[in-house]
Amino acid sequence: MHRARLGILGGTLALLATAAGAPVASAQSGWSLLNLPVGVTDVSRKIYGLHMMAFWICVGIAVVVFGVMIWSLIFHRRSRGAVADVTLIHNTKVEVIWTAVPVLILISMAVPAANLLVKINDNSHAQLDIKVTGFQWGWQYTYMKSGVSFVSKLAYDTDAARQLGSGINPDTVKNYLLDVDHPLVVPTGTKVRLLITSVDVIHSWWLPDFGVKRDALPGFINEVSFTVDPGKLGVYRGQCTELCGRDHAYMPVVVRTVSPADFAAWLKRQQALQKQGVDLSAQTIAAPAG
Amino acid sequence: MAEPHAETSHADHDHKPHGWRRWVFATNHKDIGTMYLVASCVMFFIGGSAAMMIRAELFKPGMQLVDPGVFNSLTTLHGLIMIFGAIMPAWVGLANWMIPLQIGAPDMALPRLNNLSFWILPFAFSLLIATLFVPGSAPAGGWTMYPPLTLQFGDSFPMLIFAIHLMGISSILGAINVIVTIMNMRAPGMTLLLMPLFVWAWLITAFLLIAVMPVLAGAVTMMLTDHFFGTSFFNAAGGGDPVMFQHIFWFFGHPEVYIMILPAFGVISEIIPTFSRKPIFGYEAMVYAIASIAFLSFIVWAHHMFTVGLPVSAQLFFMFSTMLIAVPTGVKVFNWAATMWKGSLTFEPPMLFAIAFLFLFSIGGFSGLMLALVPADYQYHGTYFVVAHFHYVLVTGSAFAIFGGVYYWLPKWTGRMYNMALAKWHFWLSTIFVNVLFFPQHFLGLAGMPRRTPDYAVQFTDWNMVSSIGGFAFGVSQLLLPYIVWRCVRAGKPVEGNKAWDGAHGLEWELPSPPPFHSWTVPPSDALVARGASH
Repeated sequence: MHRARLGILGGTLALLATAAGAPVASAQSGWSLLNLPVGVTDVSRKIYGLHMMAFWICVGIAVVVFGVMIWSLIFHRRSRGAVADVTLIHNTKVEVIWTAVPVLILISMAVPAANLLVKINDNSHAQLDIKVTGFQWGWQYTYMKSGVSFVSKLAYDTDAARQLGSGINPDTVKNYLLDVDHPLVVPTGTKVRLLITSVDVIHSWWLPDFGVKRDALPGFINEVSFTVDPGKLGVYRGQCTELCGRDHAYMPVVVRTVSPADFAAWLKRQQALQKQGVDLSAQTIAAPAG
Repeated sequence: MAEPHAETSHADHDHKPHGWRRWVFATNHKDIGTMYLVASCVMFFIGGSAAMMIRAELFKPGMQLVDPGVFNSLTTLHGLIMIFGAIMPAWVGLANWMIPLQIGAPDMALPRLNNLSFWILPFAFSLLIATLFVPGSAPAGGWTMYPPLTLQFGDSFPMLIFAIHLMGISSILGAINVIVTIMNMRAPGMTLLLMPLFVWAWLITAFLLIAVMPVLAGAVTMMLTDHFFGTSFFNAAGGGDPVMFQHIFWFFGHPEVYIMILPAFGVISEIIPTFSRKPIFGYEAMVYAIASIAFLSFIVWAHHMFTVGLPVSAQLFFMFSTMLIAVPTGVKVFNWAATMWKGSLTFEPPMLFAIAFLFLFSIGGFSGLMLALVPADYQYHGTYFVVAHFHYVLVTGSAFAIFGGVYYWLPKWTGRMYNMALAKWHFWLSTIFVNVLFFPQHFLGLAGMPRRTPDYAVQFTDWNMVSSIGGFAFGVSQLLLPYIVWRCVRAGKPVEGNKAWDGAHGLEWELPSPPPFHSWTVPPSDALVARGASH
């Protein structure tokens, strides 16, 4: 508790120093991170569109309702001499209106949401199946047809920095908490179906840029699919989103997207390595402290 | 507290225990109400301390203060303590104090049961908090206690289950008492549709409690037998289903969130007419809205589980049913706005909290509506967006309504007025910093920060710092509340007459302040009931 208080004090002082004019040394400023990513799949874009539509509808309702309330707060106050109109206690017509109008607004939101939902859950005609197995704490990826399989765990430098009192400034670690030793590799422009399960507790595989989140349940297999836009080559990052124990924060989801041709070559290479008996998951990882 | 001098019967003095017996053997609804409120306040600060440690660890990335496992225990205990220890007992305390006064009854119908339902709580929470000191770890699977994770905890696990059982028994007994009191002990002239809205809200809440607390008890008992007696309800390896726990839990859990908010609707419906000097607009619509929300609360549970892989048809059903809740909730907000319309408003502390409730609870409602849209929920689920949402409805919703209720009725309870200026400080500090605390969490969640994590990627640092600063300031501001109440009880200026507020209506304002020991020894006349009715 004493340490906690010192931490609070120190942190507050640091913030005051920052506010006093010292520029933040952070590589990425977080102030502009306010919204969902648009993402790189058709689904993630449509989710973003639905989210923004719902947001603006809420803003519109808020402007009207809060506007009426603020009007009352300003003009119907006793200090301005307002006298209460005590006859104003019931009106069936307005009750009907303010029941019916919200229903219409809700329908206008529910229809596109339902259409999108049906579309998202269409997992047919997948061109590539990958089994994703959550465990405490990491992910195992298995490419179903080729049998290529490896484990994806928190990257070494992040793992060292994230230990209690490590003394390593997270700002100095590239992609702190969002980096793994072996990312999942998927081809762009290809419908990929993930078969998600778990061997211990419940996890959840989330990649915001793909608009994909699905729980990994022991004993059950969930399916979810995505198609990354052609040409969107890069590395996309997410995290486990279902509390899964002590290291829940330390099992990121990292996906590298490559062109279909590169993917085929990569997969062939991995298959050959695996045939030679090379452990694709092999990497030295510091044993977790404590 | 000043002893009330009942003017009528001297039988009052016969069974009035003094000293510690007054509290341990309490059967008087006011004493039990006071104990509930004090206990709730204590738990609010214990749960708040956990929140302070959470926000301190999240002040910047990297681990500075606690082990990740301890962090998970802190979030778990914070949730359980605030829900079962702070919010729910506060509502039961207000119910105990106000229902007999508002319906014209001498006391609650079942006074000894009332005593029992309160005195179970200290045992329940001692057991829960003691889990911090047993070998292994305190429960760290979240307040939702999902298996198989929760099954991994050692000695603390059965203590958690037993504590939940005790809390459930206490709640059920309290709910039975409320229903029996309201159904049997109303003044003769008080028909159901003349009841104050706080009484209506609590009547419906009590039915929800009786309906769902046994469901929670069942769920945790099944988990207990999975752990100790070799059953496999939730163990996939034995043919069980971990998702079934979530269905059962949320069948309890969703009505549970309405158990925490419906009495708030009742309190707000008392406060706003008083300080608008106008009767509540659309009384009957308000009653029907509460009843509709209560009904809908039973058919929306799976919206907490959109990512577990439900069939599309089920996801559609739960999306539509969840969106429907916006209709009766909207009706309530519109009626409150209409009550203020063309009123004669003043801004005493209870009204300030009620107005903040209107705005901020609505914001929680908007994010709730967004969360109902399944495709969008695929992105929001399990992130800080959800954390922001439910803290807007539970802190600026339930807790603010409790603060408002306490400031509204405190002069009635004590016969004294509190320091209004200080209470306004409490309001402004709370309202400003609660937004500094929770509003940025919307951004964090949308930008990708999962909830229940002790550490985060560096791009989330800025908003987390803002949130933590808001959290510390909000937490410290809350110390004003017990101080204001204490000063009021000790040294507040006596209130003249029965009404503390010139615009107040209701039977509680027809009694002296503080009310006599056996509140209404003679049932109020029909004329009094009619004068007190809010419409």
